[in-house]
Amino acid sequence: MMILESLRRQPAHGYALVQHIQQRSNNLLQVEEGSLYPALQRLLKSKLVKAEWGVSATNRRVRTYQLTSAGLRHLEKEISSFEQMFEGISLVLNPGNSNATS
Amino acid sequence: MKWLPPMFRRRKLYGDLAEEIREHLEEKTEQFMRDGMDRKAAEQAAHRAFGNATALEERSREVWQWRTLESAWADVRYALRQFSRSPGFAITAIAVLALGICSSVAIFAFVDAALIRPLPYKLPARLVGVYETTSLCPRCNVAYLNYLDWKKSDLPFSSLEVWGSSRYLLNGHDGAQPVPGTRVSDGFFRTLGVVPILGRDFYHGEDKPGSPHTVLLSYSAWQRRFNGSPNIIGQPITLSDTSYTIIGVLPSEFQFAPRGAAEFWTALNDPSSCELRRACHNLFGLARLKDGVSLQSAVAEMKTIELQLAKQYPDANRGFSADVVKLTEVVAGDIRPVLLMLLGGAGLLLLIACVNVSSLLVVRSESRKREIAVRGALGASPARLVRQFVTEGFVLVLAGTMLGLASAYLAVHLLIKLIPAGMIESMPYLAGLGLNLRVMAFAGLISLLAAILFSIVPALRLSREDLRGCLAEGGRASAGMLWRRLGSKLVVLELATAMVLLVGAGLLGKSLYRLLHVDIGFDPDHIATLLITMPSSYQENIQVMRLERQLVSRIGSLPGVKSVGISTSLPSSSWGMATNILVSGRPSNGEHNTVPERDVSSNYLKTLGAKLLRGRYFTEAEDDPSKAHVAVINQTFAKQYFQGEDPIGKRLLYEGSQEPIEIVGLVEDIKEGQLDTINRPALYDPFSPLWFRSFNLVVRTSQAEQSLLPTLTATIHQIDPSIATSDAGTMNDLISGSQSSYLHRSSAFLVGGFAGVALILSIVGLYGVIAYSVSQRTREIGVRMALGAQRSSVYQMIFKEAGWLAAVGIATGLGCSLAATTLLRKLLFGTQPWDLFTLTAVAAVLAAFAFLASYIPARRAASINPVEALRAE
Repeated sequence: MMILESLRRQPAHGYALVQHIQQRSNNLLQVEEGSLYPALQRLLKSKLVKAEWGVSATNRRVRTYQLTSAGLRHLEKEISSFEQMFEGISLVLNPGNSNATS
Repeated sequence: MKWLPPMFRRRKLYGDLAEEIREHLEEKTEQFMRDGMDRKAAEQAAHRAFGNATALEERSREVWQWRTLESAWADVRYALRQFSRSPGFAITAIAVLALGICSSVAIFAFVDAALIRPLPYKLPARLVGVYETTSLCPRCNVAYLNYLDWKKSDLPFSSLEVWGSSRYLLNGHDGAQPVPGTRVSDGFFRTLGVVPILGRDFYHGEDKPGSPHTVLLSYSAWQRRFNGSPNIIGQPITLSDTSYTIIGVLPSEFQFAPRGAAEFWTALNDPSSCELRRACHNLFGLARLKDGVSLQSAVAEMKTIELQLAKQYPDANRGFSADVVKLTEVVAGDIRPVLLMLLGGAGLLLLIACVNVSSLLVVRSESRKREIAVRGALGASPARLVRQFVTEGFVLVLAGTMLGLASAYLAVHLLIKLIPAGMIESMPYLAGLGLNLRVMAFAGLISLLAAILFSIVPALRLSREDLRGCLAEGGRASAGMLWRRLGSKLVVLELATAMVLLVGAGLLGKSLYRLLHVDIGFDPDHIATLLITMPSSYQENIQVMRLERQLVSRIGSLPGVKSVGISTSLPSSSWGMATNILVSGRPSNGEHNTVPERDVSSNYLKTLGAKLLRGRYFTEAEDDPSKAHVAVINQTFAKQYFQGEDPIGKRLLYEGSQEPIEIVGLVEDIKEGQLDTINRPALYDPFSPLWFRSFNLVVRTSQAEQSLLPTLTATIHQIDPSIATSDAGTMNDLISGSQSSYLHRSSAFLVGGFAGVALILSIVGLYGVIAYSVSQRTREIGVRMALGAQRSSVYQMIFKEAGWLAAVGIATGLGCSLAATTLLRKLLFGTQPWDLFTLTAVAAVLAAFAFLASYIPARRAASINPVEALRAE
């Protein structure tokens, strides 16, 4: 989901994606950079993203990933269901707060 | 080109992926270098941040694969490569495994055919055999008149039928020929649920005395004698000079084990003289239980009915009760314990084979630990490594199973050839013997268990192992210890199992020896026997007596013939053909004194070589039973009825007759029944010709008895060509082919074979453990010897290790054998399950082989050159 969201903002290649996610999460999510690739391959296989070889700003041959329309739909669905779940969890965890926000 | 299977795009996909990851690492490295690291440090840092590149790349690739299958295939290829690299290991393991699987599958095929497969009838579980019983005869025949009275009662059966064996003379091209037949009541086939494939079944009421003579043909008789002609229905056929009408043909798969192979099935509408007497029992009951009636309640009801009949006809039925037994029990009850014992033996052999292969695998994983460590270091996850072992285990088992099944197929066919033809006839269920679905499922199950075992064993070791430690050369001592501990446990298990099998084989072998050396009371060497069946033209006693005299004189004058005797039945077959007697002058004790009776000619006992203890045999003049009333009894008879008295001159009465019979002689017990039965009182009296349509000729020869058989047949046909002869053979063949000696022999040989293989496998296992331990301790032994240890002390050290294992194995085996052989008790003859001699002998044999197995490595250990051993480090 995070990958798809990052790609929605801007098509990117693997390295840039990792950097982007790490920056955005303020380095809270410390994962092995390589674990991105199996995930990317899965997205590629289910046609949620597409990839093209190109040349990066640093003049490096890179494969740039781009969100497909199916990927966009999938992302929106995921986000809404994630938000629901998240809301549910926070309601359970902070019953007092929920009254205040609603 | 979307429709193209992804397989074709795969190469490009993988290439892209690899390049992408390379670029990623490169970019990261540059990033780090910009932060001021030198190139090497930056590369390392990039790799650290990226994680296990190989594994991640593999995982990414797996996204595209039909994953498990493809990597499994890779594993299989790898396993095959591994096996071809160490063919000795692979061949040994597969052969041992195949041996174990072959034996258990082959035996299971027999178990399946005899005990598991339902009988080929409608709802066979509800079919039962019905018997009349006395205290001496637990499953006795049914009297026809009692059967008719049963039918009038309120029975626990939906139908009750009777059948009896018969023999018909059929005139063919080569003279008269006795052919087996069965007389059945009219509902016999309906009760079984068998429908003729041609023509009709017997009508209801067709078994009423006086109904027309009709016959159903067995499928094989139809094919063989009538070429399968469909026009056969309604045709007449002459059986024993009586005309019958053929009304139908039975299906080819029809079988009736209690009777064996009968060709002609006739309706029981011609009661014999025996069947007209209530005291004469010659039929067997067959019934189908009523719905909802249990076997127990059927037994109880039949006992009540029989008790009523005993009150109604006290003379004939006193002391008789009834019993109902499941038909499966009737068919396979005798052979069940033997088969289950064999299955147990085969199972133990399989266990040893599996243990043996397991220890081979452990040794091998030992020698492969560096390979595993390298693979682990290159990024193979533990799960991935375990999967490799599992694959290898499965490949091994698959090969073993294939080979095992092929050899089981051969073994089954070999074993069935070893069963005497006479016995095969009473086991028609073996016709369906083969590797059917159930047997395959059984094979699949044991292979699956073996495969699981073989994957777990090395994988277990893997999990305990510290991979890094293994990469270093020094990690050997601890790993060696582990194997020695596990390996020695396996060896103890093997030795104990082998011990159980050896003890079983020893006991069965001893039983067989005892059986074949049982005192049969006569001399079976140089005796030829022949069954003679008279045609119905012999109606008068005088005719039969003339025939008898002719036979005795003509055959007696043949060259090489010493003497000729005639008897109604041969020894070593059955204690049947009994009669009820009373001792003259003694009050009846209210019970029937049922004793086997043999009608014999004056020369019979002498020809047999029986030992006369007191009195005399019959004279030739007494061969006419209408004039003489004399009898010879056996020792058991004398003991039972004339304890402490001289039986000679005492008189007996047939129950229901007033004519006394004088006892003129006393012979040592002749084993009339099967070899493993106990002796019963027996009565020999002069041959009464017309009671029996057939009798046995017993000829003692001075030359090889086998060569006389054709001459015998020819001579008889010279006297009268319409006499049928059959069952020509020698007394020795008869005894060794009898059911008891066959069952004892086959189980002794099979279990002996299992035990022999088990012995070899366990000794090889022991050798393996000791040899491995010696090879691991080369340095230690070298040091010891360098420090002054004598060769003898090295021997001692190795023998102590082996001796300890062997002792524990043998002791465990001893305990297990005692438990196991108690189960064998029923199958043993003349020996106890705790036979001290067998137990000691087996322990000694095992110990001797264990000594041998440890001597070779011990010698190697003692001949270690300390200098070389230390330099090798």
